[in-house]
Amino acid sequence: MITINGLHKQFGQLEVLKGIDLKINKGQVVVVIGPSGSGKTTLLRCLNILEVPTSGSITIDDQTTDFSTKVPKKSVDALRKKSAMVFQHYNLFPHMTVLQNVMEGPIIVKKLSKVDARKRAENLLVKVGLGDKLDFFPHQLSGGQQQRVGIARALALEPKVMLFDEPTSALDPELVGEVLQVMKDLADEGITMVVVTHEMRFAKDVADEVIFMDQGKIIERSEPNEMFTQPKEERTRQFLNLIQVH
Amino acid sequence: MDIAQTSLQPLLEGLVVFTLPLSIIAFILGLILAVFTALARISTVKIFQWIARFYVSIIRGTPLLVQLFILFYGLPTLGIVIDPFPAAVIGFSLNVGAYASEIIRAAILSIPKGQWEAAQMIGMTYSQSLQRVILPQATRVSIPPLSNSFIGLVKDTSLASLILVTEMFRRAQEIAATNYEFLLLYVEAAAIYWIICFFLSIIQGRLEHRFDRYVTR
Repeated sequence: MITINGLHKQFGQLEVLKGIDLKINKGQVVVVIGPSGSGKTTLLRCLNILEVPTSGSITIDDQTTDFSTKVPKKSVDALRKKSAMVFQHYNLFPHMTVLQNVMEGPIIVKKLSKVDARKRAENLLVKVGLGDKLDFFPHQLSGGQQQRVGIARALALEPKVMLFDEPTSALDPELVGEVLQVMKDLADEGITMVVVTHEMRFAKDVADEVIFMDQGKIIERSEPNEMFTQPKEERTRQFLNLIQVH
Repeated sequence: MDIAQTSLQPLLEGLVVFTLPLSIIAFILGLILAVFTALARISTVKIFQWIARFYVSIIRGTPLLVQLFILFYGLPTLGIVIDPFPAAVIGFSLNVGAYASEIIRAAILSIPKGQWEAAQMIGMTYSQSLQRVILPQATRVSIPPLSNSFIGLVKDTSLASLILVTEMFRRAQEIAATNYEFLLLYVEAAAIYWIICFFLSIIQGRLEHRFDRYVTR
């Protein structure tokens, strides 16, 4: 489903991604962990081209985009369409209702009729447990509810891959569970997911694979059980000790 | 008291026929100009930036009255003759365009980067992001300073009296020149300006309230 080859990203003098190679299969849930500044968020943002990689190529589904030469806009748009992102700070549109937030992508970009877009949005909002909040504005919702709208908005684009950028990091502890539950349900449906998170419990329970990144490189990848009980690399061990996985 | 009453009608006529139309037309044209100027300023295309900077610099760096005089008394030397009212509309529009462009630019820049990214993520183009996500939010931010500009503009239109637009203040001058009641007529004109601006402040409050419905801050 996703193939990344030799991906580099540089911000001025700072090299944030130093050659990432990665293959993710259809239906897999991959959790990316690592210390801050390890490049995990940048990697995720490159998949949705919110950051344009400096070189390397990304394939999602049947779309391959090579960033080593100047990339045509069409190729960027085609690749971006394959994925949808859930942001750490939700980034909902505050001037639109919950329903409008979710309908916006299908109507404006996918050219769906209003009726169809509304149907799709309502179904998704029911699915994330917000069927009774359609006409609320984002600020009237709790953080957990807002993030679930963010998930519905991303799903409405019918992406091949769902990207989650620390989706629970901005939430109060008691609201984390409801968001993780929705993500778990999606995983059970067989949606391909790449999740950057510090929720090790989620990684353990839901991930098919865990990737540990440090200093712009993938240090280690393995099944969650193996990663958390017997990591192969010393750096992984240090990191896991620091965050104390229970 | 009699003079105050008899002069009220010509003053109001000046208000309705010139002062208000001039203010409203110039503000609308100025705003359109301001949006494009603001976009040019934040564009990545250098030449657009320069043109916008140059325009804003010229307009802000020279007195409004001098600009009006150049348009009305200066241009005829080059064979370009503009009637008083259109000359005033052009002058005030250019003026509003420059000042309001800075307000709109600041409002656009005040919208968090995450909003651009979310718009981009759902597949919007630059102009779709701007129209559907950024400008609606920027509008809310810019209502107080733009109201300020509009109120300022209504009062500034009295300068048009100096390029022969028979707006309210010129009417007051004309009447005072015949009956020598300078204090009375100028205070009367001032009172009418104040009443207009008072109502504009009320409208501003309503607009702010309407746009505030989606935020708690």
